[in-house]
Amino acid sequence: MNRPEAIKTEDRPLSLYAKREPVFNRRIDGRFRRIKWAIMVICLAIYWGTPWIRWDRGPYSPDQAVLIDLAHRRFYMFSIEIWPQEFYFVAGLLIMAGIGLFLVTSAVGRAWCGYACPQTVWTDLFQHVDRFFDGDRNARFRLYKAPWGPAKIARRLAKWTVYLAISFATGGAWIFYFADAPTLQHAFWTGTAAPVAYGTTFVLTMTTFVLGGFMREQVCIYMCPWPRIQTAMLDEKSLIVTYKDWRGEPRGSVKKAEKNPGQFGDCIDCNQCVAVCPTGIDIREGPQIGCITCGLCIDACDRVMDETGRPRGLIDYATLEDAEREKAGQPPTRHLKLIWRPRTILYFGVWSAIGLGLLFLLGIRVHTDLTVAKDRSPPYILMSDGSVRNAYTLRLRNMEGRPRRMEIAIQGLPGAAMWTEDMARDQARRSLIRTVPADETQGVRVYVVAPAGSAAQEFAFTLQAVGEPREADRSEVQFDSPEGER
Amino acid sequence: MANKRVDEATNTETVGHEWDGIEELNTPLPRWWLWTFYATIVFAIGYVIAYPALPGIHKATAGLLGWSSRGQLDNELASAAADRARTVAALRDMPIEELPRHPELMHAAVAGGAAAFKVNCVQCHGAGAAGSNGFPNLNDDDWLWGGDLKTIEATLTNGVRQPGDAATRMSQMPVFGPSAGGDGLLAPNQIQDVTSFVLSLSGKEKASAASRRGMAVFEANCAVCHGPGGTGGRQFGAPNLSDAIWLYAGTRAAVGAQIANPRHGVMPAWGNRLDPVTIKMLAAYVHSLGGGEEFTAPAAPAQMGMKPEAEATAAR
Repeated sequence: MNRPEAIKTEDRPLSLYAKREPVFNRRIDGRFRRIKWAIMVICLAIYWGTPWIRWDRGPYSPDQAVLIDLAHRRFYMFSIEIWPQEFYFVAGLLIMAGIGLFLVTSAVGRAWCGYACPQTVWTDLFQHVDRFFDGDRNARFRLYKAPWGPAKIARRLAKWTVYLAISFATGGAWIFYFADAPTLQHAFWTGTAAPVAYGTTFVLTMTTFVLGGFMREQVCIYMCPWPRIQTAMLDEKSLIVTYKDWRGEPRGSVKKAEKNPGQFGDCIDCNQCVAVCPTGIDIREGPQIGCITCGLCIDACDRVMDETGRPRGLIDYATLEDAEREKAGQPPTRHLKLIWRPRTILYFGVWSAIGLGLLFLLGIRVHTDLTVAKDRSPPYILMSDGSVRNAYTLRLRNMEGRPRRMEIAIQGLPGAAMWTEDMARDQARRSLIRTVPADETQGVRVYVVAPAGSAAQEFAFTLQAVGEPREADRSEVQFDSPEGER
Repeated sequence: MANKRVDEATNTETVGHEWDGIEELNTPLPRWWLWTFYATIVFAIGYVIAYPALPGIHKATAGLLGWSSRGQLDNELASAAADRARTVAALRDMPIEELPRHPELMHAAVAGGAAAFKVNCVQCHGAGAAGSNGFPNLNDDDWLWGGDLKTIEATLTNGVRQPGDAATRMSQMPVFGPSAGGDGLLAPNQIQDVTSFVLSLSGKEKASAASRRGMAVFEANCAVCHGPGGTGGRQFGAPNLSDAIWLYAGTRAAVGAQIANPRHGVMPAWGNRLDPVTIKMLAAYVHSLGGGEEFTAPAAPAQMGMKPEAEATAAR
């Protein structure tokens, strides 16, 4: 499997820094290439399309289906609206995304790296641009070796312009998730958008241009922590792209094999697997960090096997365990059976438990909330008639896209009444009705007065949306008095 | 260099050095990493030139951009002052009694007053304006000199018993006791009797023979300022003696001591220390603490569009 003879060990000046070996991957068609196309189209469509989906929420809320409204601290996702204090929903989604990656890794190996990772998707896109401008593998290699002249400069400039256009579209689309897309687009082109919109677009354009256009597989090999983590997560039962060396070795050309039947394996050493690899590795050296398991080498090898009349699957998705079994002449486990094993079931269980938990929380969520802060300095005020006054700041939260009437009431504290800053004391009552504007939190300063001689005690404020029995909240607070606790 | 070989375990070339059997694998860094490193150095040099960076004995180098954190603070303060300018001008031109009719302006005034209070007033009145022995509590509904906006503004401007201020609030309770330099207006037993009467006014003591004797003393000596029922007199700043609130404590000893040898608080006249707008804001804040008198409900939103002149006419 290893080819130590491939490394030349002659004397040469030692460099601490390695030059990047550019990758000119050959065009290939096949099963996995088509899956890759499909996933690429879906991912890009989701990325570019999502901000433009409209979702009617009434006159008081934005009508963008997915919107992260940082200025107003709201996160809209279709019918769900998340407030900052409900960030656990977002945290839950992120945890689900994390466990989802574990799940995918344990079931189908580095499928994320191979198909859905943005770095992979955009690198793939840029490699298609390369192919469009400079031709396939050999033509690109020739152009790379060619001296700089007007023709090469023109080609390079044209290609980089397209790189830049794609990068700009990528960086520019990001900002639409954070503001109303049509408005922002108009503002963007008329130069009236916020500076942060231009800054973000510039930064993301440049990162896409550099990472997708030039860094490519270097990101996976040197920068990204995920391949390293995945290396630790893969086990003998994980599907990885495997070169079946027991079948392929020793390699020999078709002619050689015909001359010496039985002496050579199935690998005809055509190097097609290396030629199509987007990260430029040789899968025949075994599992390695540079392999993103995109399966393009499988497509390439299958085609060669078909052409030479040998069975497919010399390079294939297989587990280390199955590799041993096949080596010993036993049939491999079916892939579906591989997916259903304790580890994947455990991940799936945790993943769906979190998902169901979030859905449950979403279902019982109330769109009304009350928080109360008591004035601590001074804790109480003795009034001239001997009664005792405490002051509280109530925050009434209306999480719906329409103004609502809400009733605040005192629960407990016998004889007490309250009034607010915009009322006189003689209007004091045990319950008040306020209209809270749509999608807002209203602060109300409330004075609660209890008769002379009232002891310090706990009582509660209740909040009830008028006409909506389920929409209620309650908050217990302390009432302080010179009489002390009784 | 001749000892280069390929390490079998890792399939990686060695660099060819060997120290006591220890060899090094040749795993070079990518060259772009080196360029990134150089770029950070260039950035650092640019940063040092553009921004304050190199420390000297007294100050650091200024930097070509002239930026400093203090300068940034000055800019932010200036822009905050510019933002406030309209509110401040509106407050300056508006008589304070019209403030409740402009809820937004009132709100701004209360917020500004809260800030000014923390700088100028908390030393005596306390952080929550709850006062202490001898310093009035500003949260309650008991006022010595009056608790509407205009009166509070006047008290703030001219102070209480401020020497040298002609318009200051001035009053002095006679020294009734026979102490040194005192007037000796009342005999000790009379002071005991009138103390009993005063405490009976607010129900702190039950009516007794002493309090009945004290009533006559009170009517002859005290009612002229504190009123016949002891309900106080605001033109003299004479406290209401029939309520639950006491400036110098409501114990028998404290009340007796105040009659025999009274103490008088002094509040500075703020008119020559603070600008009129700050005083208006302080008055609005104190009025908003829950005891403000002559309560006027804020104007309904529909009325907010009225012209100030029209509102002024309506107020008259």
